[in-house]
Amino acid sequence: MIYLRLFYEFFKAGLFSIGGGLATLPFLYHISDTTGWFTHSKLADMVAISESTPGPIGVNMATYVGFTTKGILGAVVATIGLITPSIIVILIIAGFLKAFRDNRYVKGAFYGLRPASTGLITAAGVSVVMISLVQWDLFQQTGSIWDLFHWKGLLLAVVIFLLTKVFKKLHPAVFIGASAVVGILFGFAGV
Amino acid sequence: MKELWDLFWTFARIGGLTFGGGYAMLPMLQREVVEKRNWATDEELMDYYAIGQCTPGIIAVNTATFVGQKTKGIVGGIVATLGVVFPSLVIITIIAAFIQNFADLEIVKNAFAGIRVCVCVLIFNAVVKLLKSSVIDKATLAIYLVVAIGSVLTSISPIIFVLFAAAAGILLQNWKGAASK
Repeated sequence: MIYLRLFYEFFKAGLFSIGGGLATLPFLYHISDTTGWFTHSKLADMVAISESTPGPIGVNMATYVGFTTKGILGAVVATIGLITPSIIVILIIAGFLKAFRDNRYVKGAFYGLRPASTGLITAAGVSVVMISLVQWDLFQQTGSIWDLFHWKGLLLAVVIFLLTKVFKKLHPAVFIGASAVVGILFGFAGV
Repeated sequence: MKELWDLFWTFARIGGLTFGGGYAMLPMLQREVVEKRNWATDEELMDYYAIGQCTPGIIAVNTATFVGQKTKGIVGGIVATLGVVFPSLVIITIIAAFIQNFADLEIVKNAFAGIRVCVCVLIFNAVVKLLKSSVIDKATLAIYLVVAIGSVLTSISPIIFVLFAAAAGILLQNWKGAASK
């Protein structure tokens, strides 16, 4: 029963991968090795596609693997397998939080967790900046400060920043759509 | 029933507009969940993110379950989660079925290079907003700096930072409480 196996493998991936979507990657390699549903190089393609489509990366990967293995139903089964452990664990924690919200230890923990959470998001933001605005590899090759920054990107970032301050009511999706168009028109991926 | 539909479509919209991981979802969550619908506060979003870092599963999914559960109980949690994964199912299935070498297409590469720049700015704005409600004194500033700088410069797991921060929070709060008595 391959559907059951798909569900089970992705349930495991969902249960044991903690943190971001790419944390599921080692599990996918394991699935590839033990089941032969897809090759390692196919997996690399799937990662690239998952990163260049909307939606959480882990979910995209599950859908892709499920679809290549067993069509649309396979995609649904793998994705539901991946999210089932999260749903169960979070529902339990949410119930616990409701009951202990006013406990002083829980309150103290959140007093420390909130700045930490903001810190982790800051770090995630820095890593996107390093990918999209800084050209560290090129800078190391040429040694020229001029090559350190992706100037087109930097200019776009400043323009978007100013626009988000002027048009506060605009939905973030508008800026994302506009940036995609600018990226295509000005060939952002090329050097 | 209407509220459940609302949950589903709101999270479907958030899932379909999130490019690149759970943290990129934050600006969408702030707009759709905090500002437009009052389903959660900025503080609660931070709590969910911190908990999502050290519980199994994908952060985007965990956050959806939390917000859904808070709004409409267990069914709400499930519906919101199904909503957040729905666009992925549709989009990835279409790409896998019909488009070869999607990620190598020049137009896709260029569009995403542009989108990533935008994501930088959106995350920056989101962080500025969160700082106002999370960094409220010297102790929280210290925790923020340790975690932010630590996770940029080292490869220490976020779980360690989250556990450290929770322990520091408990100690600091209770010490402050004891000092003021």
